[in-house]
Amino acid sequence: MTEAPMPDKPVVRAGGSPDLFAKFDPLIKQREDLLATGQQDPFSLVMEKVESPTVAICNGNRTILLGTYNYMGMTFDPDVIAAGKKALDEFGSGTTGSRVLNGTYQGHKACEEALKDFYAMDHAMVFSTGYQANLGIISVLAGKDDYVVIDTDSHASIYDGCAMGNAQIVAFRHNDVAALEKRLKRLPADAGKLVVLEGVYSMLGDVAPLKEMVRICKDAGAMVLVDEAHSMGFIGENGRGVAEDQGVIDDVDFIIGTFSKSVGTVGGFCVSNHPKFEILRLVCRPYVFTASLPPSVVATAETSIRKLMHGSNKRAHLWENSKRLHGGLKDLGFTLGTETPQSAIIAVIMPDLEQGAAMWQALLENGLYVNLARPPATPANMTLLRCSLCAEHTAQQVSEILGIFEKSGKAVGII
Amino acid sequence: MTSRAETFATVKAQIEPFNAKGVDLTEATSFVGDLEWDSLTIMDFVAEIEDAFDVVITMNMQAEIETVGQLVDAVEKLKD
Repeated sequence: MTEAPMPDKPVVRAGGSPDLFAKFDPLIKQREDLLATGQQDPFSLVMEKVESPTVAICNGNRTILLGTYNYMGMTFDPDVIAAGKKALDEFGSGTTGSRVLNGTYQGHKACEEALKDFYAMDHAMVFSTGYQANLGIISVLAGKDDYVVIDTDSHASIYDGCAMGNAQIVAFRHNDVAALEKRLKRLPADAGKLVVLEGVYSMLGDVAPLKEMVRICKDAGAMVLVDEAHSMGFIGENGRGVAEDQGVIDDVDFIIGTFSKSVGTVGGFCVSNHPKFEILRLVCRPYVFTASLPPSVVATAETSIRKLMHGSNKRAHLWENSKRLHGGLKDLGFTLGTETPQSAIIAVIMPDLEQGAAMWQALLENGLYVNLARPPATPANMTLLRCSLCAEHTAQQVSEILGIFEKSGKAVGII
Repeated sequence: MTSRAETFATVKAQIEPFNAKGVDLTEATSFVGDLEWDSLTIMDFVAEIEDAFDVVITMNMQAEIETVGQLVDAVEKLKD
């Protein structure tokens, strides 16, 4: 008779087959070393209560939220909440089905109508997350002999969309117009080409030179997809994003976006004027093979999108906040990701992961939450404290934030 | 020099600025194993090689290239 294995005893596999978790050992060790210093785990914070778009209770303390992507502060908007409650009452808690079967309710169509109005485009397709929107659209558009050209700092969902498809993938140096142009010129003239760009790159909060890039893409005969996840709602005259702001939105073939940032709920979408766009609903696997968004979510999204169309005052205040925080942090002596404020994201560059984690914890203990971002999510192996502002942050809160950065930065020895 | 030998010489010269450990470069030198490059270094290096030879090395091709010799072969093929 053999003994039952003890729960904490490593299992020995036949033929000396390795534990598939062995590849994570360096990461496990790095985490253990970091936590052994008494550092709180920056990747498992719990928001115990959320009072508003800008304040939550963490570890029992009132904490200002400066790392949420809730740019326009729509999460507690009374109209948005009312729409969600009504849909929950009238349509139930979930659709339990795919968009192409039983999962398209009146609310999903209404949400797509709101997007078409918001972007002034002919077609809109709502996905269950923004991640799935990139995964689905990129993987389905470019076939085996086509080329997808991407910026090296692209979001994980863009890289994963490339990995899921079987097209030829070409990368160019971040935001480098000449590098993009050279690579496009080297591709076969008769090959299908899709260039994937982002309006705002989320790690450093920098904006892409879309005006030049979109022109170059068109000259090379490429289709252009722009992910405007971090610009929807407050960049551009109508909040349509960086492509609108730089006057090239009419030359962009596809815009990808998300409901989990300015819109204030969850979900993703693609809008386009392409006459054959609707066929994508049948061939895009991350659209077909997943359950559609719950009725309450699409109802909150629709209401929020329609309200964002009239959000110019909030937009102006968000820009004021961004400029003030950027200037204030610079004056305090912090190193920032961009020379000037370009978006609602301000990245504070930390000397290394240890000091970054210590600074993150000091900020939290002093009542401020920011995102700790570290490699491989960050460019050039940087550790960043990423601050994202909200239109609902008051001038008083921005002053408080700067005070907490000064106190914490001095305590940790970064400034 | 044959075309391949010239390509090898150019690739070697392009590696040097990234060769922080001063590794001796042969056909069999591996980018990850011997030169210990991370993904960011590889991306920068590939961009340099692409510009030096006026070619595009797709990420699909990069996944198959492990050693200096394999890179030289790939560049030779792309130049044709």
